[in-house]
Amino acid sequence: MSELLVPFEYNYMLRAMWVSALVGGLGAFLSAYLMLKGWSLMGDALSHAVVPGVAIAYLMQLPYAAGAFFAGIIAAFGMWGIRHVTRLKEDAVIGVVFTAFFAAGLFIASLYPIPVSIQSIVLGNILGIADEDVVQVVVVAAVALAILLVTWKDLMLVFFDESHARAVGLNPVALKVLFFALLSASAVTALQTVGAALVVATVITPGATAYLLTDRFGRLLALSVAIGVSTSFVGAYVSFFLDGATGGVIVTLQTLVFLTAFVFAPKHGILAARRRTRAAGEAPQP
Amino acid sequence: MLMLARSQKDAEVGQAALEPSIDVNGLTVVYPNGHTALIDVSFSLGPGTICGLAGPNGSGKSTLFKALMGFVRPARGEVRICGLPVSEALKRRMVAYVPQSEEVDWNFPVLVEDVVMMGRYGHMNLLRIPRAADRREVDVALERVGMSELRNRQIGELSGGQRKRVFLARAIAQGAGIILLDEPFTGVDVKTETSIVALLRELREAGNLMLVSTHNLGSVPDFCDQVVLLNRRLLAAGPTAETFTQANLERTFGGVLRHFRLGGPELHEDDDRRAVTVLTDDERPLVFYGERGDESHVPSDQRLPRGKP
Repeated sequence: MSELLVPFEYNYMLRAMWVSALVGGLGAFLSAYLMLKGWSLMGDALSHAVVPGVAIAYLMQLPYAAGAFFAGIIAAFGMWGIRHVTRLKEDAVIGVVFTAFFAAGLFIASLYPIPVSIQSIVLGNILGIADEDVVQVVVVAAVALAILLVTWKDLMLVFFDESHARAVGLNPVALKVLFFALLSASAVTALQTVGAALVVATVITPGATAYLLTDRFGRLLALSVAIGVSTSFVGAYVSFFLDGATGGVIVTLQTLVFLTAFVFAPKHGILAARRRTRAAGEAPQP
Repeated sequence: MLMLARSQKDAEVGQAALEPSIDVNGLTVVYPNGHTALIDVSFSLGPGTICGLAGPNGSGKSTLFKALMGFVRPARGEVRICGLPVSEALKRRMVAYVPQSEEVDWNFPVLVEDVVMMGRYGHMNLLRIPRAADRREVDVALERVGMSELRNRQIGELSGGQRKRVFLARAIAQGAGIILLDEPFTGVDVKTETSIVALLRELREAGNLMLVSTHNLGSVPDFCDQVVLLNRRLLAAGPTAETFTQANLERTFGGVLRHFRLGGPELHEDDDRRAVTVLTDDERPLVFYGERGDESHVPSDQRLPRGKP
């Protein structure tokens, strides 16, 4: 029994658990929006697109979060601009932009060796996170979550019906820019915990899971954040015993939760669908 | 170009300045790809009006709505709503918009009452927490469109007509003086159309201004007191009885309309020289009765008695 409490005795483990939970909650919050708009891969794209920003920030000895954030914003605007001007479809635009940014990041890092390994950018390294990085992650994530708590209904309206958002006096363009800024911020923080390769999971899977469980957006957000926070916290905890990569454990847990919802969800799960088909089949034919 | 309700407009000056009105003046819209969607369009509408907006596909009906909602900037000309620039009118929540069905994501996780509550967002504080007054407005709006029973359904679980009514309820809850309806009758049955029209008439009685784009030419004379006929340029605008004529419709739609003319010696052998003309751009034809060469429109509720078969 006491063995199960061992991770709580180590400062670095405690820190890993709650930083992961915070970052997981932020990603999960955003995932609820991305998934509904069919923009899930945007999250993936941004997480890779911040890499050159990280590399350049290290070279110039700036806070890596600032570099990553700017790279993310530039990528988001690049995608929006290409989509707006050309007739290319979203997936092609996302693919072109994020591979370009990721390649640039790898290229810069290979020319000017930086103190962080590419591996820790791609896979994350929450267990070895430095103190100043913890401060950056916590500040960024806390500010982003605070903004989301104030604007979540406005953002929902913009995502659901832009015309109406205008009609009630909102500014959809400003809100979208805000959203992508928050997404870039989320990608920056998630780099630390799960790494660029798995950020995509933290900004898709929790929202996708919650969508199977409810028809109301407010509850979807709450469920999504609950899933994101708990899987991240537990994932970091479990990784202590499994001696596995934290990011891998967190995303595996999220996948398990998703599969459970996929099968057992009361209305949108497999079993519910089967029950409905059977009920319809047994109904007396007119 | 034709100006309508000018005298009405002039009478308003000096009165309550924020009576619902739409003034479009020399509006030209050019999209970034170079396509000119609207050319020099001018018309005016005042309070207590249902205005039908008709024109073939690609005639700029949607663009006109976008200009009224501030989504596109005029290349030339201007739009004023209640005498104010569009952005100012939107800030004051004077315009409600009922979208086309295709524009809505019906899988979005919102219930009927959530959508209607969105109409109240502009009235709420920064956190958009509904107060008792907001809930009451939502109840009233749901009641008016007959959707109270279905308020806890997810919007994708509704029929075509019910879906329309939800968004109409949202416009009512918003309390805007001007309501823009984009193709409200597409994919709804006749019963729903009748109930929507009845509701629009009630709103007109209350002094609202509604602009309704539609392909159902046949129903336009039934409930629209004004019409705007558009084909990138404004072809006609004014009171339905004078404006919604066969000649104007033929100019607006060019060769797009199906056109039947029934009568004369091909149809019967007596001396009755009257003919029936049917114009339609989709499923509901518009029928004109009249003498040969007589292009004036007779509203369908004042149909002439039929000649002997």
